[in-house]
Amino acid sequence: MIEVKDLQKSFGDSHILKGITTSFEKGKTNLIIGQSGSGKTVFLKCLLGLFDYEEGSICYEGKNFSKLSRNEKTNLRSEMGMVFQGSALFDSMTIAENIMFPLRMFTKQSKSEMEDRVNIVLKRVNLDNAHDKKPSEASGGMQKRVAIARAIVNRPKFLFCDEPNSGLDPKTAIVIDNLIKEITEEFDITTVINTHDMNSVMEIGKKIVFLKDGLLEWEGSNETIFKTENEAVTDFVYSSELFRKVRKMYLEEDTK
Amino acid sequence: MTYLHNIGTYFIMIKDIFRRPTKWSVMKPLILKDIDDLIIGSLGIVAFISFFVGGVVAIQTSLNMTSPLMPKYLVGFATRQSIILEFAPTFISIIMAGKVGSFITSSIGTMRVTEQIDALEVMGINGINYLVFPKFIALTLYPFVISIAMFLGILGGLMACVYGGYGTMEDYIEGVQLDFIPFHFIYAFLKTLVFAFLLATIPSYYGYFMKGGALEVGKASTTSFVWTSVMIIIVNFLLTSLLLG
Repeated sequence: MIEVKDLQKSFGDSHILKGITTSFEKGKTNLIIGQSGSGKTVFLKCLLGLFDYEEGSICYEGKNFSKLSRNEKTNLRSEMGMVFQGSALFDSMTIAENIMFPLRMFTKQSKSEMEDRVNIVLKRVNLDNAHDKKPSEASGGMQKRVAIARAIVNRPKFLFCDEPNSGLDPKTAIVIDNLIKEITEEFDITTVINTHDMNSVMEIGKKIVFLKDGLLEWEGSNETIFKTENEAVTDFVYSSELFRKVRKMYLEEDTK
Repeated sequence: MTYLHNIGTYFIMIKDIFRRPTKWSVMKPLILKDIDDLIIGSLGIVAFISFFVGGVVAIQTSLNMTSPLMPKYLVGFATRQSIILEFAPTFISIIMAGKVGSFITSSIGTMRVTEQIDALEVMGINGINYLVFPKFIALTLYPFVISIAMFLGILGGLMACVYGGYGTMEDYIEGVQLDFIPFHFIYAFLKTLVFAFLLATIPSYYGYFMKGGALEVGKASTTSFVWTSVMIIIVNFLLTSLLLG
């Protein structure tokens, strides 16, 4: 579980996060949504410890990140997995080497133990025969699955995903969404996803945090988002005709 | 203020190169790869340039010795002094700032643009140690490249002198051996080690701390070449004043 209290972050004179208080639960897919410039990426980078913040606190299973020593921070980071928007795979390594990388860095496992773990994880993301390919030889969807495999190979407690569906076709996007959801539940990890994708919101948003102008405007789930009367949320989520119709149908079903 | 900020960040980066070291089993292949990329991969161009510039120095010296009173062995002497004192350590380093420096900046810069450095940091890895330390160690072998440049430069001078009809082999070799001062070698290799440090760290700084996209990677490579060359020239002046002045 991750608890965020009154988080504030500025860059020079521009106040990006203006006091966010929320929590992200274990075993659930937690989504951060909001318009471009709402502070989603800054919030995610604060959660990852990539940005320092001026005010507030972030506690990972009770441990306040800003109060940890450098070594404790390093240890905590080794418990985090991250899926970047562009996958961020290491070009010079094969897919298997990419996935093995966190194991080589943080464990004392033998080569055969690491290879076994890589095989298990690759199988889990349905990439059995991709070991020796370079990332540049893999499709966008494959690269995302490799990134997920690398993020979970060291059994993290926290998984962060930045726009995991960007640049993917709708069918592959659903595959990636479902994979993240299954992995979250299977390994009981705290997953936080930064997304613009409304399909993800509807499909896997067990908890949704909506940011507007650096403030937490609304929080709920993929069920309560249909019923919300919050104008900022409805403007953003139901901006397309298709989603307005879906919402109408959902509410009609619900009243019956 | 920006310059001061950049200089401060550069020195903090140098400290971080040695902080929180990466596991040796991971670091070893990185060092070997960088030796291959930065040292072995540069030998061809260094050999080619040194050989022909050595030849040109010998020809130019010979053509400018118009007085019949000047002994012919001065061609070998002048070539040796130019190659050992300046051409091999300094001008090869400027060429390397273009070749190796641009490679370092663009490879690290591309990792920054594609979030690979962010991925390292999220994993709790000291990205500066992981990326810059192997280059720093690989470039401690840089004096080996410079000694090859010295040898081939003098050999190129000999070939040009003898086969171009500017003098005899005996005269040239006599000139190469004339008034040899061993400290000149120490001076040259001391300079080379300092230049190796600049070649490893300045381009890494420009790659690691770059912001933006593909266009900025190109700009960072150019800026890194300019500043590495400027620093080599300034440090060359200071070291020459201190050691030979």
